[in-house]
Amino acid sequence: MKRPLEGITVVDFSQFLSGPSASLRMADLGARVIKIERPGTGDICRSLYVSDVRVDGESTVFHAINRNKESYVADLKNPADAARVWKLVEKADIVMHNFRPGVMQRLGFDYASVRARNPRVLYGAITGYGREGPWKDKPGQDLLVQALSGLTTYSGNADDGPVPMGVAVVDIFAGAHLVQGLLACLVRREQAGRGGLVEVSMLESILEFQFEPLTLFWQDGGQPIVRTKTNNAHPLLGAPYGVYTTSDGHLALAMGSIPQLGELLDCPKLLEFPDPASWFQQRDEIKAILAEHLATNTTAHWLSRLEPADIWCAEVLNYRQLVAHEGFTCLDMVQTVSTARGRQIRTTRCPIRLDETILKSPRGAPEIGQHNAAIDAEFGLDRAPGDPSPSEPQTSLTP
Amino acid sequence: MKPLQGIIVLEFCQYLAGPYAGLRLADLGARVIKIERPKGGDACRQLATKNMFADGDSLVFHTINRNKESYAANLKDPADLEKVRRLIARADIMTHNFRPGVMEKIGLDWDNVRAINPRIIYGEVTGYGRTGPWRDKPGQDLLAQARSGLTTLSGNADSPPTPFGLAIADMICGTHFAQGLLAAYYRRQKTGVGARVEVSLLESIIDLQFELFTTFFQDGGRLPHRARRGNAHAYLGAPYGVYRTRDGWIALAMGELRRLADLIDCPALKAFDEADAFARRDEIMEVIATHLATRTTAEWLAILEPADFWCAEVFDVQRLLAHEGYKALGMDQVVRRPNGTEVRTTRCPIRIDGERLYADRAAPVLGADNPKIEEDLLHA
Repeated sequence: MKRPLEGITVVDFSQFLSGPSASLRMADLGARVIKIERPGTGDICRSLYVSDVRVDGESTVFHAINRNKESYVADLKNPADAARVWKLVEKADIVMHNFRPGVMQRLGFDYASVRARNPRVLYGAITGYGREGPWKDKPGQDLLVQALSGLTTYSGNADDGPVPMGVAVVDIFAGAHLVQGLLACLVRREQAGRGGLVEVSMLESILEFQFEPLTLFWQDGGQPIVRTKTNNAHPLLGAPYGVYTTSDGHLALAMGSIPQLGELLDCPKLLEFPDPASWFQQRDEIKAILAEHLATNTTAHWLSRLEPADIWCAEVLNYRQLVAHEGFTCLDMVQTVSTARGRQIRTTRCPIRLDETILKSPRGAPEIGQHNAAIDAEFGLDRAPGDPSPSEPQTSLTP
Repeated sequence: MKPLQGIIVLEFCQYLAGPYAGLRLADLGARVIKIERPKGGDACRQLATKNMFADGDSLVFHTINRNKESYAANLKDPADLEKVRRLIARADIMTHNFRPGVMEKIGLDWDNVRAINPRIIYGEVTGYGRTGPWRDKPGQDLLAQARSGLTTLSGNADSPPTPFGLAIADMICGTHFAQGLLAAYYRRQKTGVGARVEVSLLESIIDLQFELFTTFFQDGGRLPHRARRGNAHAYLGAPYGVYRTRDGWIALAMGELRRLADLIDCPALKAFDEADAFARRDEIMEVIATHLATRTTAEWLAILEPADFWCAEVFDVQRLLAHEGYKALGMDQVVRRPNGTEVRTTRCPIRIDGERLYADRAAPVLGADNPKIEEDLLHA
């Protein structure tokens, strides 16, 4: 099967997660991704350790995000290096970055300059907060954008204070939206022959993720968004929507009729709420009744009563339970990639299936500068005598 | 010119995940036609949150389906089905999220559709894939969250499993769906061949956690461990988290502990160094929390921001929308129905060629576009 982006070259100046998660998806879909990294440290994500786990001296997350890419080290402030990168940029289909506004202008690789030398280029940029307004120079970091965007007010219970979402959702949505925009412009380029500029910001992306509460907020005159007192799973939804503790675990209940639940669960108190409007208005009360009742028996017991009646419910699983479950293993969601040093790393694969085929790629993340020599040769990027490849050990350059 | 102008999408999807992909394609210029059953249409029209409706349809439906058209057709009626088959012959992309087997019964499964239109991009959304023990389980957001391990990441160490309080599985899945459809369409431009594109809520929400699963696979399978108080990420060390101040809340992202200790003048924090940031996270966060509670958010921001220490005030929606930082984005728009119904909602988050993409057409009334669609696509 031909991967859809085969033949597309992406020159990627981005770091951390938002941009690199976008180029990862394009690599999954068949594009060739060349990371441009600065000498010494490279992508700062290489040294961003999570917990205390390292792979080949680098962070595990770096390996997750940058598998199936090439690395080209260049000091963009050094004219000889910049000239070589320009040759790559001139031949690229896509150029992308996630610097703060103004940085690419200073380096000379801003959209106007790149387009002047490569008119068909698609240029992607991710910022934290857009190019305008008082926040434009603030650090575009996931948790900070979660905090400012209102996102911490939906999860957890009413008295919990702010509860951030425990995954870098802002980075991931911004990256995913950038991919959407770049692919749409690739379609346009094929049709109309012209390049284009695609911009997303982390703030706009995570606001769009909140389109449902925001739209309701504008319509209801700005009523505060209130989480339930207990068992909250979505502040806009009525009972039973939530996660409940059972005698041996946890059970999730989505939308459903409260009196029907009362009958199936042998919980007569729930029969006192026949009016569907009350399921939202009196949700705290209903959830309290459910919580007390469900704690009296096992998850399996409740599932055996609810599932045959097609009530929307599920057992709550942790990572160990999930990865051992046939519902997970049948997806073939895990792949093994090899690093440059031959180490095997297990990670997830692209979530999109194409023509009934799962997209995997065995190539791991590159070492810093791993592909300089090959790319120099391929693109004819000559080096003058005494002009060492920056991929060689650096002693004089400061990161 | 919006990039997808001229592309025709038939959307047989209901609820959120599939229609969210359709919304993005519409945002980017495609003509998106919802194929809906004549009685009731997309079930989302009646699925209201907070019991809120506009002009007979739930506000949620309005949010997800703005800028689309509606074509009412009874797929069990041979005459209607024939018209739909003729629409399929004219379409570039079609999407559905029926449970496995339904499209086969109607005769609009991949093989049949490919026979009608070999170049079509055929997209399907399921809850858990087309095989395995969960294939017939309801593909619903909270249930996918519950099964995926996601509820073990937010909240504090002794909180019960804490779901993300928005439809994250639907949204990330719809996002991936749009990516797959666009990539396949681009391949068709190059090669002339159609494609089958499949996504599922579960695969998408696992991909959302790809960094965490990769760490879990390398660390011997330790379960994610949330911080005791102010948790923001199970795998990140102090100070990463949210803290109460004298008058509100502040978020601190990554930063050196010694530097933070100096900036906020907290001698107790100097007892720790970077090697402790993860291992002694709870103790460190406790020290920081006690200290930050003594002054206002504005006072701390005045110290930390000029030093470029990564921090932010915690806003709710009300305070965010009143802020200049929000207003400068032009992120909302008003959409309208021909009868004058207005809904204020968000716009596409992607800017193309420096332009924000707006479209003031509201979600369609069920079947409102039948005559125009037949005129354009069946009689031409």
